[in-house]
Amino acid sequence: MSLVFRLARRNLFHDRLRFVATVVGIVFSIVLVTVQMGLFLSFDRMVTTMIDHADADLWIVPRGTKCFEDPSLIDERERFRALSVEGVVDATPVVIGFAQWRMRDGGTTPVFVVASDMRGSGLHPWNLVGGSVDALSIPGAVAIDRSYFERLGSNGLGDSAEIRDQKVEVTAVTSGIRSFTTTPYVFTTLDRGRSYVGTSSSKASYFLVRLAPGADAGAVRGKLDATLVDAVVLTPQEFRSRSRSFWLFGTGAGAALFAGALLGMIVGTVIVAQTLYSSTKDHINEFATLRAIGSSGRYIHKVIIFQALLSAVIGFGIAAAIGWIIVRATANSALPVVMTPMLLAGLFLLTVGMCVLSAIAAIVQVMRIDPAMVFTR
Amino acid sequence: MTEPVLEAVDVVKVLGNGAGRVEALRGVSLQVAGGELTLLMGPSGSGKTTLLSILGCILTPTRGTVRIGGRSTAGAGPEDLARLRREHIGFVFQSYHLFPTLSALDNVRLPLDVRGEGARMARAKAKEAMATVGLSHKVRSYPQALSGGEQQRVAIARAIVANPSAVLADEPTAALDSANGQTIMTVLARIARNPSRGVLVVAHDPRIIPFANRIIHIEDGRIVGVEPGGAGLKSR
Repeated sequence: MSLVFRLARRNLFHDRLRFVATVVGIVFSIVLVTVQMGLFLSFDRMVTTMIDHADADLWIVPRGTKCFEDPSLIDERERFRALSVEGVVDATPVVIGFAQWRMRDGGTTPVFVVASDMRGSGLHPWNLVGGSVDALSIPGAVAIDRSYFERLGSNGLGDSAEIRDQKVEVTAVTSGIRSFTTTPYVFTTLDRGRSYVGTSSSKASYFLVRLAPGADAGAVRGKLDATLVDAVVLTPQEFRSRSRSFWLFGTGAGAALFAGALLGMIVGTVIVAQTLYSSTKDHINEFATLRAIGSSGRYIHKVIIFQALLSAVIGFGIAAAIGWIIVRATANSALPVVMTPMLLAGLFLLTVGMCVLSAIAAIVQVMRIDPAMVFTR
Repeated sequence: MTEPVLEAVDVVKVLGNGAGRVEALRGVSLQVAGGELTLLMGPSGSGKTTLLSILGCILTPTRGTVRIGGRSTAGAGPEDLARLRREHIGFVFQSYHLFPTLSALDNVRLPLDVRGEGARMARAKAKEAMATVGLSHKVRSYPQALSGGEQQRVAIARAIVANPSAVLADEPTAALDSANGQTIMTVLARIARNPSRGVLVVAHDPRIIPFANRIIHIEDGRIVGVEPGGAGLKSR
């Protein structure tokens, strides 16, 4: 084994307090970035979750719709116009809107109603952990997510509450359907949904278009665009992008998360740079000796870079373990931190990059060493 | 005298500028021959260390020529000079400059590692160098566990392990007591017997004179005298 690695390791561990400070800096930085980016991924999933789970080849949405939760309405006539287009098999109405959920103890909380035809295709609750979609056909039946039990004052299946002075009963419970706005989703049938949000029976929020097998989606979309009057047609991907763009960037939420992550990176880089710099300064005699005995600049760079990489690997290992604990702890909360293999790989590369970048100050310093100092010290 | 392994021709070195300008060397010419221990003596500030630094390719001369094995170092950049040092020069410093975090063997192995030599071969050569300086039993010791004399012997082993053509020693006995100083000089004199290697020792300790083949006196940046040393007289 080359002595480069041994020198780097011993330089790093020589001053244990400084080594601990370096690792704490990296861990702090990477955990902060993990949480910020994990929340970003989580929000990213949340803002498109309804679009992801809707049975639609195309979406007919009101003009100017910014995101799924944008409660504008379109006339039912648009549905019939759509159904008249060749290649369209179905255009299922979906109604959304905010309503007040009155708990049994008298308190109220806002909810977001998602209503669709529960017998055919549409937008049904998924990840059911109690009850069934069929059970939503019972009068007053609703589905809620278990992560919002406390907020809704509910214990789950069989519990009752009121929406717009109408009694509702929980007949289905889902898991992991969370809202970016933190307002709990309540799934119900189309008619009751209209009633809960006060929408006329001739209006809907969206129409979910299903195409005939083999139909050319692009051509059908073109015809729909030409046929519809007050609505536009979006592919699921376009609607996702629109929702993402609005919630994560239009509202500044995504920018805030990125700013937090950037802050974490800066803090980490500065801490690692500072400790590497002072470590290099402490070992300046050794680097001067290396230079005097003929070591190339590259050899010395390698010692410092290895120090940085070793710090990165140890720091990342601890940060990843803490990140995993956070992911587990928040998995069933209303604000879960999400971790994906891609994010994990990205964080590792980020840690390595951050530490290597931090080594630049130390490398610049070491390249200024005058090897003649070995004669005077 | 055999072929010089190191040669300085009319070397001038100016340090600093403006009011702080000092002419440290004023036209120095000397040769370090293979198979010889040359002693460079002079008072403090006479230019000994500056000359050693220039001969060791650590500093470049303001004017004049330095040749290593007959090849001029003129125009060499910092990396070229580093290459010349690792290929041709071994250094022994007054303060040893051993790496406290490395064992004696790894300290000795360092110049070979710097040259990119394989670990197994480097370890074998380092052990051989440690044996040359009589420290085979201390290969696993760390510098802080060694006496001053032992540390300097490790430094000598490090200087010779890559088989350089010149070993340059800066006050190698200054930090040692008399007995250890004698040991160090005995080792250096033995190393200098190799006809393909010259040893230049900078010192002002007269007890070193018996070990030298040649003594060069320097004052105010000029060579003011050359005379045979104790070893030189014996060999006549």
